[in-house]
Amino acid sequence: MSISMALAAGLVGCFAIMRRMALAADPMSHVALPGIGVALLLRVNPLLGALATLLLGAVLIWAVERRSRISTEAVIGVTFSVALALGSTITSGEDLLDALFGNPGRLSLWEVVVGIAVPIAVIVFILRARHALVVALISPEIAMTSGVNVERVNLWFLLAFALTVGLGLRYLGVLLMGSLIIIPAALARRFARSLNGMFLLSAASAVCATVLGTYAAVLAGRPSGPCIVLVAGALFFVSLLWRRG
Amino acid sequence: MADVLEVRDLCIRFGAIEILHCLTFSVARGSSLAIIGPNGAGKTVLLKALIGALPYTGSIRWSAGARLGYVPQKLDLERDLPLNGWDFLRAKAALSKASGAQIAQALTAVALQQHTLAQPLGSLSGGQFQRLLVALALLGRPSVLLLDEPAAGVDAPGQARLGEVIHALQSTDDLTVLLVSHDLSVVYQYADNVLCLGTRDSCFGPPRSALTPEVLYELYGARTGFHVHGAS
Repeated sequence: MSISMALAAGLVGCFAIMRRMALAADPMSHVALPGIGVALLLRVNPLLGALATLLLGAVLIWAVERRSRISTEAVIGVTFSVALALGSTITSGEDLLDALFGNPGRLSLWEVVVGIAVPIAVIVFILRARHALVVALISPEIAMTSGVNVERVNLWFLLAFALTVGLGLRYLGVLLMGSLIIIPAALARRFARSLNGMFLLSAASAVCATVLGTYAAVLAGRPSGPCIVLVAGALFFVSLLWRRG
Repeated sequence: MADVLEVRDLCIRFGAIEILHCLTFSVARGSSLAIIGPNGAGKTVLLKALIGALPYTGSIRWSAGARLGYVPQKLDLERDLPLNGWDFLRAKAALSKASGAQIAQALTAVALQQHTLAQPLGSLSGGQFQRLLVALALLGRPSVLLLDEPAAGVDAPGQARLGEVIHALQSTDDLTVLLVSHDLSVVYQYADNVLCLGTRDSCFGPPRSALTPEVLYELYGARTGFHVHGAS
């Protein structure tokens, strides 16, 4: 399950980095907070609340960006601030810390199903939509004349991005999931000379960080989320020792 | 000859600023229209409106079944973008459902070598990238090509070749061409009609009759000199 989550994060990260959304992953994760708060108040699974507000946030960001022509990053920044303020007023305590930094513990059947189905859906979307995403990234106008509904593709990508962030809730914590989306993709971007190369490097780095981080967490008796992100960060900094070909 | 495009009272505003005012013209199937005007006259805006990328008032009617190929004005890409020419070409080919033979044909038409496509997009020269954009526009067998200064950054032999390619496609494939250009010699040589933007009343018609000295004066000012090859 954590491997499929890492694969989804690695693939989504490729387009997030190329679309200059590197700094958007972290704020986006904060959009989950009000949902977590409401879910905790209503005594339902926080994952459900987080996914609901993340999807709602993605649609809101898309709609505001579309109407106002402000950049995605700026709109996410504003939405994140409001979500953080809202989330912190209705949530408190240890449950919130678990949501932010992760606490895998014992997973319910429902969480296992979501943890497998959602990454697969995200991976399928990225692979199927990669042509439209590439052309729309370089020239939205060329994409339009090729029959692509660019606004719809942008919305689907934001939803995939939001879902991937939401996935981190139970494992890495929503705050750290943004790092697993961005760090492997940033590493891959340094070396890749093609889209497939970037997909491969980013997904492999994300999986490597997840496996090594989880192993290190078990050995050290620490939470897995921070360990996974530390390994991903270490891989990135080690990669800086190699010059790009 | 039936019209492939009919534009009536087209107005485009960006907030309080009116970019295009009540533009009316039509383009016959298989003909070529050159769009000229000084910087800021709205040439690129017009092309974007025609492909449906910008909101407008008035009407734009393409004939049924018109397939558009679009070459944008020079794009600014990040140098380290991890996408190469093949990524871009294959993505466009997949969207346009173009066959391998069509890809090869498009590359031959713009004289782009296959090894060039293996380079990252950011490392292609301006001319190579421009030719790649034209090749992309040719995928999917377009019936109309909209070209926004396609020769920008292309060397002189490349420009001549591009002109010949487009002209040859027009005669063999009954292709309609809408071309934004600053090069009046190209306008005189290849365009059946010219549309001038940036004048009080936009001019429209065959270049030799529409581009009167008064219109050129109004478009580009008194101190601009022109070298119009082949114009009588």
